[in-house]
Order: sequence, then C-alpha cells, then structure tokens
Amino acid sequence: MAEDPDIITADPDENEQEEVLGKAYDARLMKRLIKYLRPYFKWVIIAIVLTVGVAMMSTIRPYLTKIAIDDYIVNKDSAGLNKIILILLSTLILQGLLQYTMTYLTQWIGQKTIFDLRMELFAHIQKLSMRFFDRNPVGRLVTRLTNDIEVLNEMFSSGIVMVFADIFIIGGILFFMFSLSWQLTLIALSVVIPLIYATVIFRRKVRSAFRDVRFYLAKMNSFLQEHISGILVVKIFSKEKRTLEEFKKINYDHTKANKRSVLYYSVFFPVVELIGAVSGALIIWYGGGEVVQGVLTIGILISFIQYSEMFFRPIRDLSEKYNIMQTAMASSERIFRLLDRKAAINDPEKPLNPGSLDGVIEFKNVWFAYIKQDYVLKDISFKINKGEKIAFVGATGAGKSSIMNLLCRFYDAQKGEITVDGINIKDLKQSELRKNIGLVVQDIFLFSDSIANNISLNNNEIDESKIIDAAKAIGINSFISRLPLGYGQNVKERGVTLSQGERQLITFARALAYDPKILILDEATSSVDTHSEILIQNAIDRLMEGRTSIIIAHRLSTIQKCDKIIVMHKGEIRESGTHQELLEIGGIYSKLYQLQYKDSLTA
Amino acid sequence: MVITLSAVFTNLIPFVISRAIDQIKNNTGDFSLLNYALLTVGFALISGIFLYLTRQMIIVVSREIENDIRNDFLEHILVQDQQYFHFHPTGDIMALATNDISAVRNFLGPGIMYTAETLINFTMAISLMLSFNAELTLIAVVPIPLISYVVYRIGKSINYKFELVQEEFSALTTKAQENLSGIKVVKAYVRENSETESFRKISESYKKKNLELAKVQSFSYPIMFLLTGFSVIIVLYAGGNKIISNELTIGQLTAFIIYLGLLTWPIISLGWIINLTQRAEASMKRLCEVFDSKPSIGDPEACRKNPCECIDKKISGNIEFRNVNFRYLNNYPYVLRNINLKINAGETIGIIGHTGSGKTTLVNLISRLFDIKEGVLLIDDIPVKQYLLDDLRSSIGYVPQETFLFSDTIENNIAYSEKNFDKDKVIYAAKISQIYKDVDSFPKRFDTILGERGINLSGGQKQRTSIARAVTADPEILILDDAFSAVDTYTEEEILKGLKEVLKGRTTILISHRISTLKNSDRIIVLKEGSIAEEGTHDDLILKNGIYADIYLKQLLEDELKEID
Repeated sequence: MAEDPDIITADPDENEQEEVLGKAYDARLMKRLIKYLRPYFKWVIIAIVLTVGVAMMSTIRPYLTKIAIDDYIVNKDSAGLNKIILILLSTLILQGLLQYTMTYLTQWIGQKTIFDLRMELFAHIQKLSMRFFDRNPVGRLVTRLTNDIEVLNEMFSSGIVMVFADIFIIGGILFFMFSLSWQLTLIALSVVIPLIYATVIFRRKVRSAFRDVRFYLAKMNSFLQEHISGILVVKIFSKEKRTLEEFKKINYDHTKANKRSVLYYSVFFPVVELIGAVSGALIIWYGGGEVVQGVLTIGILISFIQYSEMFFRPIRDLSEKYNIMQTAMASSERIFRLLDRKAAINDPEKPLNPGSLDGVIEFKNVWFAYIKQDYVLKDISFKINKGEKIAFVGATGAGKSSIMNLLCRFYDAQKGEITVDGINIKDLKQSELRKNIGLVVQDIFLFSDSIANNISLNNNEIDESKIIDAAKAIGINSFISRLPLGYGQNVKERGVTLSQGERQLITFARALAYDPKILILDEATSSVDTHSEILIQNAIDRLMEGRTSIIIAHRLSTIQKCDKIIVMHKGEIRESGTHQELLEIGGIYSKLYQLQYKDSLTA
Repeated sequence: MVITLSAVFTNLIPFVISRAIDQIKNNTGDFSLLNYALLTVGFALISGIFLYLTRQMIIVVSREIENDIRNDFLEHILVQDQQYFHFHPTGDIMALATNDISAVRNFLGPGIMYTAETLINFTMAISLMLSFNAELTLIAVVPIPLISYVVYRIGKSINYKFELVQEEFSALTTKAQENLSGIKVVKAYVRENSETESFRKISESYKKKNLELAKVQSFSYPIMFLLTGFSVIIVLYAGGNKIISNELTIGQLTAFIIYLGLLTWPIISLGWIINLTQRAEASMKRLCEVFDSKPSIGDPEACRKNPCECIDKKISGNIEFRNVNFRYLNNYPYVLRNINLKINAGETIGIIGHTGSGKTTLVNLISRLFDIKEGVLLIDDIPVKQYLLDDLRSSIGYVPQETFLFSDTIENNIAYSEKNFDKDKVIYAAKISQIYKDVDSFPKRFDTILGERGINLSGGQKQRTSIARAVTADPEILILDDAFSAVDTYTEEEILKGLKEVLKGRTTILISHRISTLKNSDRIIVLKEGSIAEEGTHDDLILKNGIYADIYLKQLLEDELKEID
C-alpha cells in the first residue's frame, strides 16, 4: 500500500547538480572507460591510421599548389601543370574516401561501445534491490540509461579518435610550413597565441551562457508540461492569467540567457576573422618583402596563405573536444557510481535446491524497518500451513504490505527468520523463491504491450493456450476476444481504454498463468462497477484455489472465505481468528469492520 | 544595410591581396607592402564590426520574436476548451511549444541573416571575379549549384534519419521508464532476464538507426570539401593555363582562390537555408492551427462588447438544471439525458452511480468546463453562460477525481486560489482536510516541495491536500468528485465533520461510490446511464425501494448472513 512505509526521500549522495563540471581528464575514469574500447581495439587502431592518412592528404595540397605555381605556372610548363593537377585531384579524392571511412568507423565504434555499456548498466540495475529503487526516482535512473550514456557516445566516437586527427593535421601543417620557410612560419604563427586565447575565453563564456540556457529551458519545459497536464486545475481555479504571467518570467529568463550567448558569438566570429586577416597581412608584408628580394617564391607565399587558413579549424575543434571530455567525465562518474552499487540482497553462495515448494510459511520473531530504527514490524510470528488462506487486515500503516515485501525478499528483515517449507528464505535463490510466489499488487501495473504479453510477461514457458486458459478461468476471455485485436491488443494504445476492473483482472490472469504455490494478493481498494465486482470476486476465489494464500483484504466477501484473519495494528499482530470469533472479541477488528466494511457500496 | 557593408569589406580583402601579390611579382614599389598589409587588417576590422552589428540585430530580434511567439502560444493554449485537451495530448502541445517554435526562430534569425549574407557575398564576389576574368569566373562558378543541391539533399536525408533516431530514442526511454516503474512486478515474476532481452532489442535497433544516420552524416563533410576542393583545382588548372598564355596575373589567380574560399560557406549555407525554410513553413502551419483555434467557452458576448452588460452579482449558490441533455460531440452518444435538478443555496447533495453514469460530467457543466447545447443551466436564476468565466469559476471550489498538485511547496499548492494569502488560512484549511498532522511531520513543514525533486505524497495525502486547496478558495459552491477514494473511512468522517462547519450555508455536491460519504446529505441523486433514476434523502430512498435501496439492502443482507454464520 502506498502509505505504508515512511516518506521516502532521495538518496543524499546522489543529489545531482548536472552542470557542475570538473576535470576534463581523470586518469581513473579514463582507464575504466578505455576498457570498454578493448573489444574494438583493432578498429580503433585502424581509425587512427586513417586519420594519419587524412592529415597527410589535406596538408599536402597547399604544398602541391606551391609546386604548381613556382615550377610550372611561372615557368610556363603546361604539361607539368597537367601532371600536378592530376596529383592534386587524386589526393583530394583519396582524402574524401579516407575521411568518410574514418568518420563512419568512429561512429561505429562509439555506437558499439555505448551499446555494451548501456546493456551492462541496465542488467545491473535489474539486479539491485527494492531499497535502492525506493531512494532513486525513476526519472534519475532513466537519465543515466539515456542521456548520460549518450554523452559518452560523443566521447567514444568523435572524442578520442578525432583528437588524433586534429593533432596530426596541425603537425602536418607545421611540418610543411617549416620546411618551406621557418622565418615566415614563425611570423604567420604569431597570431596563434591570441587565437588560442580568444578561443579559450569564448568557450568558457559560451559554456556558462549555454548552461543558463539549458537551465531555463528545462525550467520552462517542466512548467509547460505541468500546467498543460494540470490544465483542469488551472481552469477550475481560473488562474489562466497568473499562469501566463509566471510563464512570461521564465520565458524571458531563457531569452536573456540566449541573448548572452548571441553576444559572445557575435564578438567571437569577427575576432577570429580579424586574427586571420592579421596573419594574412603579416604574410604579405614580410613574405612579400622576401619575395621581392628573391628569398622566397610567389608559390610559397600563396601556400602560406592557404596553410594559415587551414590552421584555425583544428584549433577550434580541439577546444570543443575539451568540452566533450569534460561532460563525458561527469557522466561517466555518475554511471560508474551506479555500476558500483552493490545489491543489498544477494543470493546465497550455496543455495539449497528443494525443487518444488509446498508453501508452508512461517515468520519467527521478525523485526523490520525501512529506515534505521523505525520498526514497521515488531516481533511478528505466525505460521501458515499448506493450502491455508490467511487475510491480513488493519488500518493503513499497520504493516500489512511489509509482510509481503519480506516474504518476497524485496527487503531483508533486521531480526528474526522467515521460512518456507522450513527453509530459511535466505538460503534460497531469489528467483527460486519468487517463482513459487504469485504476487498481485494493489497498484495495477500493465506494460504497454499486448494483453497476451501482459499475462505471460514474455515467458516462453507460458504459451498461448496457457494464456487463454488463465484468462478463461479468471473470466475475461470473452471480453478480450471482443477487442479488435483480441489478445494482441496493446493495452495502452489510444482508443482502447480498459476499465480499472478489467486491468485488475489481467493482473489476476497473470498470476494464475504462473501457477504459483503461494499467492500474495493486495486487493485494490478503488471502486469498480458491479459487473467487474462480481467478476473480481469469482476470480479471487479461483486464484486462491489449492494455494497457500496471503491476502490484504478489503472486501468482506474475501475475508469471509479465509481460514483465518490476522489483525495488524501499528506493526504488531493484535488479534487473530475467524470473522465471527473476532467480532465476538469486540476489539480492533470489530471497529475496523464497522468503519471499513459495513457501509462499503461494493460489499 | 549593415550586412551589405560587412560583405563589401570582406570581399575587398582578396582584391587588396591580389594587388599586393602582383606588385610583389612585378617588383613595382609604388605602393608599399606595409600599406597593403594595413589595408587588409583595416578592412577586416571594419567588416568585423559590421558582422558584429548584424548578429546583434538579427539574431537578437529573432530571440525576442521567439519569446513573444511562445507567450502568445501559451496564452492561446490556456483559453482552449477542455475538449481541446482530450484530442491534443500534452506531448503534442509540448512539441509545438519547443520544436516548432524553435524551427520558426531558426528561420527568422540565422535563416534570414545567412540568406542576406549569401546573396550579397555572392554578388560582390562574383562581380569582382568577373572584373578579373569572365571565363575563369564561369568555370569557377559551375560547381556551385551542384554543391548547394548536394547539401540540400544530404541535409534533408539527415533530418529524416535523425527523426528516426529520435523516435527510437524515445522508445528506449519509454522502455526504461516502464521497466523501472514496474520493477516490483518484474522482480516478483522473475522477469529480469526477459526484460533485459527486450531492452537489448530496442537498444540494438537504436544503434542501427544511429549507424544509418552516421552513414549519411559521415558523407556530408567529405562531399563538401571534395566539391569545393574540386573547384579550386579547376581554377588552378584553368587559371594556370591562362597565366601561361598571359591572360591572367598570378595575383588575380590568388584572389580567385581566396574568393572561392569565401564563397564556400555561402554555397553550403544555401542548401541548409532551404531545409530551414521548409521546416519553418511546416512548423508555422502547425502553430497557426493553434492560433486560429478559437475556444467556444468564454465570457458572454454582450459583456465583452460592453462591460456595463456584465453581471456583477455575488453568486449565492442556487443551481438549476432544466431539461439538460448532453453529449461531448455531435456524433457521440448522450452522456446526460433529460436532467431536471434544482439545488438550493446551502444544500448538500450527494450523487451516486456506477462508473460512466455521468456524475463527473454533470458537475463539469456547472463550472462550464463543457457547455450544454440542449436545455438550460441556471445559477441564481441566471443562465450560466451569462456570467464572467472568472466570476463563475472563482465561486466554485472543486476537488477533481484525479488529484493534481504542482511541483511547488505544500503551502503554495493549498493557497493556489489566492495570490495574497495569509498563513492562518492555509493552516486552517490543512486542519479541516486532515493533512495538517502529516505536513507538520515533514522537516520543512509547509515549505516542503512536492514532486520529482522533492517529496512524493501518498495518494491519500495528495487527495487531502487537494481538498485543502478547495477549502482555501472559500467557495460558494463546493464540489467533491470522488475525493475520498484514497482516504480511509475514519479520516473521511473527520474531514466531512470539519467541512460541515466551513460550509454552513454553502452549496455542496458530493460524488462518491461509498454510501458512508453520502448518507447524511440533504438529498441524494442516483444517476443511471445519464438520467436521474432516484432522488431523495437516505431514508426516502430506502423507502422508495429502488437502486439505492438495493445497494443498501445488499449490504444489510450480507451483514445478516454473517450473523447467522
């Protein structure tokens, strides 16, 4: 039941501030990340070799242009010009091919790696225990599986390999420039320092502006999302105007942050062009003088102008890589922290294998708390024999749901022992234990899948005939057959709305199809129409047949069919016996009966 | 104008360089190299300033426009009829507010700016190139349309593939979301492995879609430099031959090569702009549908034209349905049939009936969430449509069937109906609705924030907060639609007792499945398939021996059977 445990607050150590970025390189994290590349090591090496090729092909062209001008055009050698043009063309085409292969290959490596990582993370989360899920909201875990992993994709695909590409290109340019004229190189490159400086400042500013943009965008989106899904409340309280006013504020904050980033861009681009022009001017001024004096050729001058233009791109790219690495470190830190979480409940090293269980359940002096010393179960002892049907009743917060949670080993009790067929449940594999238990919880949960798959939960052992048998026994076969797609009907598709009662019956069919030895049923309290009500009654009878059953009962008719009623109050067993016996005592049960069951419309 | 100036100065730079190179080549020193260098820097500086101004003007204005469009958008959304939201899921509306408005903004800002820049750069560069050599210009310009076309096609294909990736990504998110929300079922039925398997399938397909995108995307960069590099080589070839035949100077050839570099970006952006425009057009069309959709429920016509015609009277809470028939859409079946019901101010009315019998619809008509077309609904003897919507709704307190609270503090949620509230009122309402003790036990008490980032209340706590919210509104008419379904009977009784005090003299409508909620109402209405089947006090209805009595008798009978057992 929802109100059962105390209010659960989020894990304190996971208080995330998504945007707090740390180092761009953390040896410990990097080492762990690189491990994921290991299966594709061969391909990473090939990609790096390809980048060398790309760098060579792209940096050699201005040099070839220089030869074309100095050796052939100036000397008026047509045949030579033709030859060098052909060479130029072939380097261009070769670069195109290499570049394509390299880009695709790095993407491929990235996709493969993050697929592995995502699957590892998902499988790991599946193993964690309920206590973990109580403390970590679904939204946060989904973010780990999606957005955080996506950030790593960028690092694996464009990060690592492309850093090499940029470095090789810069190296290639420097090589050719120095071999042509080291003096002119130094002069042309004198602008690199201001360029790097400008880039670094720009990156920093723009990053903080973008951080604000993202922050306000998220705020704006959640505001919209919330007020559109809660439009009924807005309208009923006629708060349209106020909602709009509040939105306008957030919207303008977002616009302001955007305008700030525009400012940085509109300064940065002209500055880069200006730096480029200064470099060009220096080349003409100094290089031109050298040409006049016959020290340099005109071809060298032209190739220098081309080289200095080529220089800017890899530098800008490298600064972007810095960003990618920084966010990747932050994301990988969060992912690894999750991967390092140990499950609180583990299978025993040497599990007992009793085969099929009979379903004799015993709680011996069990104490249990969700949080520290706040015991929700205090010294609980009871025994349920094979095939017996026991109802648990009690006010909300009495500890009924906790008993079920312990029996399924979603949590471990702090003190005491729980046995099934005399075996401590801690000596069984969790899967072995749960295979013998059919759990139907009050919060009806259906997957957005077909009805058949919602009954079988994709278990291959439950074939179509078993699914239909279960549905028939529960009494919803005829209803399902009337649906346009029958058992193949998706339960969450628009247009097909199942009533609460019908949804409940599907979860009953699910439990029946698994044919458990022990049935645990948390009856839904919400009201359903009479027709479903009768169906549900019959279905519950059918479910309990021949099984040890533990039921948190809300319906009088269910309670009456039970062999024994256990009354819980504030974490303790206060009364037990049959309906009549308990009424005669005139204790808690008779009060509960007066309040809960006597007037209920559906009883 | 500013763009033009910026482009003019940018395009003058290669001109200067070409002159400089020719001068170097010919060793004629009538104009010093230093001057050429300074001229280059000077032009770049001026062009840079204009470039800065361009961005500041166009992009900033586009951001302002985006801001305005978004405000207008929400304003339109907020006044839409409730019906509108039945046919437009929140996700769709969100997509309009984010993606579509961004698409329009992209066109208004970068779209317009680059179009202008491209056009001017083009004309400038080409006319200067023509002044050097017409033939070479033509040769250089030939690949341009081809490049633009290729960029356009690749861009289009990338967009398409990207959408597929996005779809798969949201499937992946949904799967993870669902698995984690249903983790208890997954664990109880030992389905961890099959869940991992089905997650693997979706991950696999997401990877595949991504690689398909990568195939096209990896193409885009090489193809662009291939084509531009190609035109440089052609120019070098043709130009080189022209120099050999003395038709061209080496400086002019250099200028050509630099011009081609300058043209690369505009050429590429041309294809990109076409995509941008197409998307903006489609988005604008979708947005216009919202802007054009006029709500049918609003303030009365007469009042809108002449404020003196507005009804300015405090509602005291008499409600009368006269021959009301209602259906949601014309071709839909009737939900309410021939409803005649008079509720006097101060009365407490209970409504009972099975799911789908029209209980919620009936009360929704009072607050005009839907308008009736057949029959009349009067509040204090005046048709409900003649009231100002604000006046009407602020005199009604409503606790909807599905509790909805905002992710805000508990205090702000309870005081939602009032801007300037006093704390005492909030505490009072909290006490009435029996949520005070719960709130008091939270460390931050009324400042506790609800929702994803804060505390999650239980269903019952949410419901009680929602009741407190309605109480704070201090309404003349209070409607509780199945407001106790997650509250236990004992607490319910306490709340009802408290409400009796607050609601003295006010009209109260209670909808419930539980007889215990309704038993003490002044009158109880039994709805059956949209019609009033029975009406009277609890005792009347028992005497009437109809549906209500049947429900009640069934319980009694069962009770008696138990006594015999």
